Amino acid sequence: MRWAFITDIHANRQAFEAVLADARAQGATRFALLGDFVGYGADPAWVAEQVMALAADGAIAVQGNHDEAVAHGSTPGMHPDARAVVDWTRSRLSEDQLRFLARLPMQARGEPGHCLFVHANAYDPSGWEYVQGRAEAVKSLHASGARIQVCGHMHEPMLYHLSGTGKAGDFRPVAGVPMPLPGHRQWLAIPGSCGQPRDGNPAACYALLDPAKSDLDDARITFQRVAYDVDAACDALRATELPAPIVERLTRRLTLGE
Amino acid sequence: MMTTNPPLPPALPAPLEVGQVLDGFRLEARLHQGGMANLWRVSRVDANDGGTDDGIELLMKVPRIKGGEDPATIVGFEVEQMLMPQLSGPHVPRFVARGDWTRQAFIVMERIPGDTLRPRLDDAPLPAEEVADIGARVATALAALHRQHVVHLDVKPSNILFRPDGTAVLVDFGLSRHEQLPDLLEEEFTLPMGTGPYMSPEQVQFVRSDPRSDLFALGVMLYHLATGERPFGQPNSVRGLRRRLYVEPVPPRAIRPDLPPWLQEVILHCLEVRPERRYQSAAQLALDLREPAGVALTARAAKLQASGVMLRAKRWFFALGAEPAPVPPVAEQLARSPIVMAAVEVDRGTNELRAQLCETVRRIVQTETGARLACVSVMRLNRIGIDELTDEHGQSRHVKQLIALKHWARPISKALNLADGRLTFHVLEAADVGDALVDFARRNGVDHIVMGARGASTLRRYLGSVSSRVVAESDCTVTVVREPAAD
Repeated sequence: MRWAFITDIHANRQAFEAVLADARAQGATRFALLGDFVGYGADPAWVAEQVMALAADGAIAVQGNHDEAVAHGSTPGMHPDARAVVDWTRSRLSEDQLRFLARLPMQARGEPGHCLFVHANAYDPSGWEYVQGRAEAVKSLHASGARIQVCGHMHEPMLYHLSGTGKAGDFRPVAGVPMPLPGHRQWLAIPGSCGQPRDGNPAACYALLDPAKSDLDDARITFQRVAYDVDAACDALRATELPAPIVERLTRRLTLGE
Repeated sequence: MMTTNPPLPPALPAPLEVGQVLDGFRLEARLHQGGMANLWRVSRVDANDGGTDDGIELLMKVPRIKGGEDPATIVGFEVEQMLMPQLSGPHVPRFVARGDWTRQAFIVMERIPGDTLRPRLDDAPLPAEEVADIGARVATALAALHRQHVVHLDVKPSNILFRPDGTAVLVDFGLSRHEQLPDLLEEEFTLPMGTGPYMSPEQVQFVRSDPRSDLFALGVMLYHLATGERPFGQPNSVRGLRRRLYVEPVPPRAIRPDLPPWLQEVILHCLEVRPERRYQSAAQLALDLREPAGVALTARAAKLQASGVMLRAKRWFFALGAEPAPVPPVAEQLARSPIVMAAVEVDRGTNELRAQLCETVRRIVQTETGARLACVSVMRLNRIGIDELTDEHGQSRHVKQLIALKHWARPISKALNLADGRLTFHVLEAADVGDALVDFARRNGVDHIVMGARGASTLRRYLGSVSSRVVAESDCTVTVVREPAAD
């Protein structure tokens, strides 16, 4: 049973479509969606609809900070740009979709029981602190005890590991290379953003996991990069009523992957 | 299996005994008791399980856990369990199975019968030809490993075995680094990792990703096999290890004056302190060891004593607090250091074609900073009868062809700075030009052949040209240069 981990879709329909197609072509049948489904992109309703359909079909979905903000509406304390995006996104979503986003769990466990899914980190999921490096990764792995933890929130792909003796390491994955995850240590995988990659490569990120078949076997993770129609995603942003400077920044980010 | 707590280091397992069965493998006999692991000959309890074993003999490696506080053994073994299933080809033992840490950790692999290279050290000094032959086979194995994105980092005689056909096999990947997988050892140790006599200067400085480290270790081995002595002794302190950053080894020919200069050139080229001054790939080293006549001799070949006190003091000063240079990824470094082979017909074809071939080769070599250019020309021998090896003036045909080949390459050597053995010349003697070129390329791991094609007459199309045969039969990239059609 092959899993696909997809996170930080950010209402980017073109990227999400491409990633779903690639994941299915690779044989993925189970999906874990790690939050930030909306915010930034031009197609929040379409993305929310897909996520709801996948969830109805058994996919795991957890809440991201953007989903929370959109579900609860903007607050006066927000940055004006963020408020503009949140208000606009809300205007595009149905009651049903807003309710779905509001009711998403903060974290979830996936079969076969050794994966923990959480948007930001496991030590304070609703504090939205970023796993920026080994220190936060270790904290997060200690907080859950799960063998394999999968997080979103950070938009660059990364793989952290922690040994039984407390030694931690990090690794920048090479796309398309399956990596064994020996059960002798804990692993924290950040697939990277599907809808808004920020590591200088505009291709959409996600990860595939093949669970261990027995205790004589390792689970394997493969970080993937998928080229998608960035121009179409940018055109869709330009066609919205979002303020021009915001659209300018967002399209630039999508085009360069920064 | 549900596990919610981080796994702990394994408990001390009970000692293993002959006849015991582990995950379907029966322990037949203990072959070796090492510091880090024991080796057992094993067999499958259910012969039907071994459908993919092809009748190979099986070896089980079991780590020796000396109590819970021994991260070196545990993590090293974990690394080996992670890397071995990724490796393939004749230069590594085939991976068969492994055991889980919660019960009994082990790796079952193909058993390579015979001794390691270790006992041969006692016979050193060995004849130069034998040293070169061993070196070439090990370098070929390293080239295959590096192509799989792995740096061995513990190359030494006791980690080298040979198949019956002479193919070198590398074992023990407990310190190795796979550039596309997380490095579990990175954070584990506060001391340099490796084996004292063989460790490269950059390994002493904690660099774990440079394939040229393996070439340094191989250089240490070749030095030992050629002279009977270790170039850097057997240091057991970090201070002792750091000496190799500024103290040069005694040149091998100072110990063994009858050693050919080309072998000293090759060995000292491997032992350069800075990786960028060594061979840039294992395949380039193998090429020199297989074609000694083509080795370009530099000042290294002539040295008869190590550098003086002043130079040593200067180097020591600069080695203080020196940071190793950043290392490019293994794959990138290999890509930048190809062996390009120019196949030149010095006595046939037009000047225009030769000039065009020269210009094409120059452009290809210029783009790759570590490229090695081997210029090859075939001296035709008759299939039947005795060959005239000298011309009517008594001049050697071989030497004449070599001179012509060097002359052909002059525009390249003038335009590019191919110092340090990066440009070599080889005249092959053969009846069949195509065979000779394909064979040279295969034997020496050539990455790219560049050659000219004369005309395209109906007859040549019908009979098949040398270039079309080389294109069809070579394993590597081939560029065929043609003159523009004259119409």
